[in-house]
Amino acid sequence: MRELKIAAAALALGMGFAGAAAAESYTLTIKDHKFEPAELKIPADKAATLVVNNLDATPEEFESKPFRIEKVVPANSEATFQLRPMKPGRYKFFGEFHEDSARGEVVVE
Amino acid sequence: MLGALIIVFREAIEAGLIIGIVAAVTRGVAGSRGFIAGGVAAGVLGALIVAAFAEQLSKSFAGSGQEFFNAGVLLVAVVMLAWHNIWMAKHGRELAQELSAVGKAVASGDRTLLALATVVGLAVLREGSEVALFLYGVLASGESGASVLIGGAAGLALGALTSVATFYGLVSIPPKKLFAVTTALITLLAAGLAAQAVAFLQQAGAITALTDTLWDTSWLLSDKSIPGRVLHTLIGYADQPSQMQVVVYGLTIIAIIAATKLTAMNAQPPARAPAE
Repeated sequence: MRELKIAAAALALGMGFAGAAAAESYTLTIKDHKFEPAELKIPADKAATLVVNNLDATPEEFESKPFRIEKVVPANSEATFQLRPMKPGRYKFFGEFHEDSARGEVVVE
Repeated sequence: MLGALIIVFREAIEAGLIIGIVAAVTRGVAGSRGFIAGGVAAGVLGALIVAAFAEQLSKSFAGSGQEFFNAGVLLVAVVMLAWHNIWMAKHGRELAQELSAVGKAVASGDRTLLALATVVGLAVLREGSEVALFLYGVLASGESGASVLIGGAAGLALGALTSVATFYGLVSIPPKKLFAVTTALITLLAAGLAAQAVAFLQQAGAITALTDTLWDTSWLLSDKSIPGRVLHTLIGYADQPSQMQVVVYGLTIIAIIAATKLTAMNAQPPARAPAE
């Protein structure tokens, strides 16, 4: 068991934690495997909170590489995401389970 | 159908690679097959339970339940893998001496079998719950269900094939080198999983330092592509990692190597000790 303790201690060493900050909230809805709005405007260099509300009867995996988000939003429920401060630009997001229709962009300005 | 195949294969590939590696590492250990099968079965059962309670899980921890759950599962796997390497550093020498058959020199001993079976179970649990949710969604919507299910089944079969290919690829390595190869593989695997856990903790807002993207190689190799996914599992490749992910990746490798070296040094028998 000593080895297990060493392993746990080694891991704890590698982890740093910091508190989260409050931020402006934005909402996206998913209906018929499409995002509304498909283009979401948020201010640059500010953290934000994003609520994704899935109105469909099927789950969706909400994903955005630039925001480093990947999360399943169950049917008829919502999920909350913390968006990190971003430079101005257009950043794509999509629903992995219905990638053909579920696409959109966050416009940071 | 092809879309479903790719989605399911992408999820199954990580678990597939891990099962193959663990099978190769524990080859020759009595009962290892049973432990691995048990790990897979427990993982599948766990995945179905997690999928069934996906909504409750999402809503827990102020909406960050999924992230904390995934990060927790990943970190437990990291500890188990690190423990395996440390344990092997201590006992590998004895094992190699005891088991005269060269082919068994890499056997990990049953002490860490449970740890490795847990790693298998956790990998199946994490990836499997997403597959279950995706396939459930298809069934629930009733849209072209049959062809999507065939695609999904084919994706799972390809994942299983990945396990088999990984296993035979590894056991074809000469036994004397296999131990060094699997030790390195497990170290990199653990570091990659630790970096993934960081991504989830950053997503949950639990880690807010060093969130900027360190590099973007998505134009060269997307970690969503199949080759990218394989590298993602094996060495922790990410096409847009945050600074903290890279820091933790490096620290995990250093910590595991340091811990195994220290343990090996302590375990070293006094010079010229008579053989027992």
